[in-house]
Amino acid sequence: MKFKSVFDIIGPVMVGPSSSHTAGAARIGLLARNLFGGQPDKVDIYLYGSFRDTYQGHATDVALLGGILGYDTDDERIINAKKEAENNNLTYSFIEMNEERSHPNTAVLHLYKDEEELVIEGVSIGGGKIELVSINGYNINLSGNYHALLVFHKDEFGTIARVTTKLGDEKLNISQMSVSRKEKGQVALMTVELDDTILPGALDEIRAVKGVDRVIEMTGG
Amino acid sequence: MFNSINQLTERALSEGISLSEVMIRQEMEATGHSYLDIYNLMKTNLTTMEGAVTEGIAGVNSTTGLTGMDAVKMQKYIDSGKGLSGDLNLMAIAYAVSTNEVNAAMGKICATPTAGSAGVVPGVLFAMVKKDPTITEEQKIRFLFTSGAFGFVVANNASISGAAGGCQAEIGSASAMAAAALVELAGGTPDMSAHAFAIAMKNMLGLVCDPVAGLVEVPCVKRNAAGATNALTAADMALAGIESRIPADEVIEAMYKIGLTMPSALRETGRGGLAATPTGERLKAELFGAK
Repeated sequence: MKFKSVFDIIGPVMVGPSSSHTAGAARIGLLARNLFGGQPDKVDIYLYGSFRDTYQGHATDVALLGGILGYDTDDERIINAKKEAENNNLTYSFIEMNEERSHPNTAVLHLYKDEEELVIEGVSIGGGKIELVSINGYNINLSGNYHALLVFHKDEFGTIARVTTKLGDEKLNISQMSVSRKEKGQVALMTVELDDTILPGALDEIRAVKGVDRVIEMTGG
Repeated sequence: MFNSINQLTERALSEGISLSEVMIRQEMEATGHSYLDIYNLMKTNLTTMEGAVTEGIAGVNSTTGLTGMDAVKMQKYIDSGKGLSGDLNLMAIAYAVSTNEVNAAMGKICATPTAGSAGVVPGVLFAMVKKDPTITEEQKIRFLFTSGAFGFVVANNASISGAAGGCQAEIGSASAMAAAALVELAGGTPDMSAHAFAIAMKNMLGLVCDPVAGLVEVPCVKRNAAGATNALTAADMALAGIESRIPADEVIEAMYKIGLTMPSALRETGRGGLAATPTGERLKAELFGAK
């Protein structure tokens, strides 16, 4: 079941005009910002399907940008997000894509700051609810509602066990987990959704686990 | 977790509780949040809805100028006493239009279940409140939980997105949700709510999502009025004891399948239907320039 809460149906409180194309877009932007660990200097936004066809009318562009600036769905600063982006030294571009994706409301965001780069693919599935379907080309499936760790690691036996053992030692329960890789023996991505937040110290310990490359923490809500 | 209208009404009947109570209890079970937290969050949504109704009745215009000020016209018409249908119906129209005009003007609204269809549920609710000022805050909040319970089943079994299922998934769902909640508010049984839901949704099957210039304005604002009126019709029919021949869950399945076969030009791309009429194309060119 994709929808788990009554507030996915009655809600969110938001700035108009579209729950999927405005509120959902703001949430994709906000999630991308959180995964990036703050505001990027530059973002390239690729729009597909209905997002591409109607983004001007639905304010999808300013909503995505607003999310990247840290605005939630009901933040009226979304309306002036382009101006706010300039004030916050965020350069941006919107690229209309003709290729079709599996969901009509898809946006792919490339976020840059100094040497860092992150590619996020988000879809808006209706009523303001979103799903994150890929990160840096790895397929995942995250709603953004739960606390999660995205662990990039060497695709090698024992790595997953070492990470999950560490989580167990911290008394953290895993509610959902998946592993994705592009090529055998290269870097893989383990996505772990947790019932509780992880303490900064424990996060550092996971970063130090043998075979772990990079860990991104996603705070739910 | 209930995953069908049948399971929803069964739980209400077997436990001897209202549909709104089933929704609240499930929310507590699913999230671990307290009754009070869940209740208060819905109260915030109610406050937002009331604010949007008031704002639109006072008069708003969208930035494009395509929509706005029709709620004001409707209110004046009601005040003139010359309305053809009853005041409840007219007020539901005024408040549904009002909410969606605020939405089109990028004002603050509560999605129910979506922003494009945000006028239907509050339109019907606040018209009822206007007609009967003794309706309590708790009854208003329960109205939203009942609406949410039905919308929840639609979202998980079909879709509430115009891009995926057309307008039937948005205004159709909103109208059916409001019809079911109206029945509970009026003292009908859970089964009557399910029939009202089914009747309202059946009347909206096949409705396409064809917004002019891709904007949530034309025809969205007026379709909110139609959704509200349809909800009143369906609720009255169910309260009269009229039953839907096709059960609610099968109507949802039909809606889903119709959505799957709908061409993409008619699913929120702004490329077909009213958007593709000469006037629709002209308005788009005036607003965004020729592409």
